Amino acid sequence: MTEFSFLNAFSGGIVIGFAVILMFLCNGRITGISGIVGGMLTKQKEQSSWQLIFILSLLVGGALYPWVWGQDLAVEVSSPWYVYVIAGLLVGYGTRMGSGCTSGHGICGLARFSPRSMVATVTFIVVAAITHTIIKLLAG
Amino acid sequence: MTEHSKSIDFKNLLIIIASGILFGLGLGISEMVNPARVLGFLNVLGPWDPTLLLVMAGALTVAIPGFQYARLMHKPFLAVSFNTPTKKDLDKKLISGAILFGMGWGLAGICPGPAFVALNSLESNVAIFVVAMLAGVLVHDKLLPGS
Repeated sequence: MTEFSFLNAFSGGIVIGFAVILMFLCNGRITGISGIVGGMLTKQKEQSSWQLIFILSLLVGGALYPWVWGQDLAVEVSSPWYVYVIAGLLVGYGTRMGSGCTSGHGICGLARFSPRSMVATVTFIVVAAITHTIIKLLAG
Repeated sequence: MTEHSKSIDFKNLLIIIASGILFGLGLGISEMVNPARVLGFLNVLGPWDPTLLLVMAGALTVAIPGFQYARLMHKPFLAVSFNTPTKKDLDKKLISGAILFGMGWGLAGICPGPAFVALNSLESNVAIFVVAMLAGVLVHDKLLPGS
């Protein structure tokens, strides 16, 4: 897992960038996944349909990846199951409380030069690095 | 901004589908769908994996000109207005939320976008994460809407 492909990382980022500006320049919407999930779960049916369609399309993109890129989707989730329960609750609650996640703050917000998003992005990256490091040290 | 969200025009629908598929493909290509990659980036005491930084750089290379160009437009191509966040202040909720999210992200290496894309792997831990994440969203939005 330590080798990395500069080209894959950068070109994947470019594809994500195009996804985000396509949505904003055409539909006028911010592609923030946590905000979209919030709308999908809490808004009236006729107002939340676009959010559901977007999330399903995201899943389809992942399903198409092996055909488009000729590689299997590698997903390594080796921690005990309860770690994913705690982490999922924190991510769901925290992103709604903080009005955004890696996509809404980290990509759209930074691209809009939003001070709120810059502060949020630095905060969650630093806290995540500290959390991961503490867990790693505790696990020895 | 509800006037253009009540019903979806066919062209808007195509944009939503195209954007979602591109986003999912991008997360696959960049390998951000793999939590091990993300944890490698958060592993600051080494060995460090710079992938996430390069993905952000790639995305911003396209997104910055795109969002700055939007400032010159009166309205989006297929909607009546831009739907951008209006909050400007750095309040406690923003910081506390980012801290809670950071803790969860650091524990599992999964954030909301990759969580859905990673469901394609049929790994049970990903499904557990997604269910817990949806529960976390509901607790915030429905049970404690004031927080």
